[in-house]
Amino acid sequence: MNRFLIPLGIFVALAGFLFVGLSLNPREVPSPLVGKPAPSFRLAQLHAPEKQFAREDMLGQVWLLNVWASWCAPCRDELPVLVGLAKTRTVPLVGFNYKDKPEAAKALLKAFGDPYALSVSDPDGRVGIDYGVYGVPETFVIDRGGMIRQKHIGPVTHEALEKKILPLVRELQKP
Amino acid sequence: MKLVAILLVALTPFIAAANEAQPTESDPIAAGRAVQLANELRCLVCQNQSIAESNAELAVDLRRQIREQIAAGRSDDEIVDFMVTRYGDFVLYRPPFKAATLLLWLGPALLVLAGFWTLARALRARRQVHAPPLTAEERERAERLLAAKEEP
Repeated sequence: MNRFLIPLGIFVALAGFLFVGLSLNPREVPSPLVGKPAPSFRLAQLHAPEKQFAREDMLGQVWLLNVWASWCAPCRDELPVLVGLAKTRTVPLVGFNYKDKPEAAKALLKAFGDPYALSVSDPDGRVGIDYGVYGVPETFVIDRGGMIRQKHIGPVTHEALEKKILPLVRELQKP
Repeated sequence: MKLVAILLVALTPFIAAANEAQPTESDPIAAGRAVQLANELRCLVCQNQSIAESNAELAVDLRRQIREQIAAGRSDDEIVDFMVTRYGDFVLYRPPFKAATLLLWLGPALLVLAGFWTLARALRARRQVHAPPLTAEERERAERLLAAKEEP
């Protein structure tokens, strides 16, 4: 009896591991920055390059930092979702235009709608490296103290917004 | 005119290569370190390539980052730490030995030990298959048979 039970047990365990592995997304690498202070930066604003924006400007409020680019197709998919979110005025969105041409970025926002309270541009991707950006779009939830609380990799969908991002935002916004 | 054109085409790769390696080309040791570091780090865009192999934009940026940090006098460990704090242990092709990676590092050794244990058990089981010793009665009979055969 034992002779068959042991190999069968090993097989079932292996099949279980492989099955779970099928549903994991290897592109989603957990960020070591979650739970750490958002890296400091000072970047020119997209619509007003003479003005600068620093992450310290957002201290005291919960906000989303959305990394995007006009050359990134999934970013276009999430843009309507973000525009919808911006209309609800739940949480301020800061657009982080990553390795992009300002003209192309501005043209896209004009055509699809601009959900951002403010946009900054990181043309050579240096601040992007500080944030561990490896594929756009990526969205960071940052709390009142400037701490990164969540990183969403890939386009923000309605489902991700309702199940993952907004519950955390509401939690963080509680006084 | 034709010759000039051919020469230009022939030299294009060198021009391109010179452009890529500019910051460290004057210092072969620094260039060697940059390549070695880039080989140790995984590109997060095309995950089965190192930063040295990948042509993804991020890999290009990170190679530039490595060269700049070498030029700024940072040690190899400092540069690796820089990458790990941003991208996590995932960027390392040789993950560190710690609680979360215990199974990863010790797993193969455990499997080998389990193999030896199974082998030892199987061998011991095989030895026990040997026939049980003869009883006194059987031995007597065997001896009688053997003795009978020897007599002509």
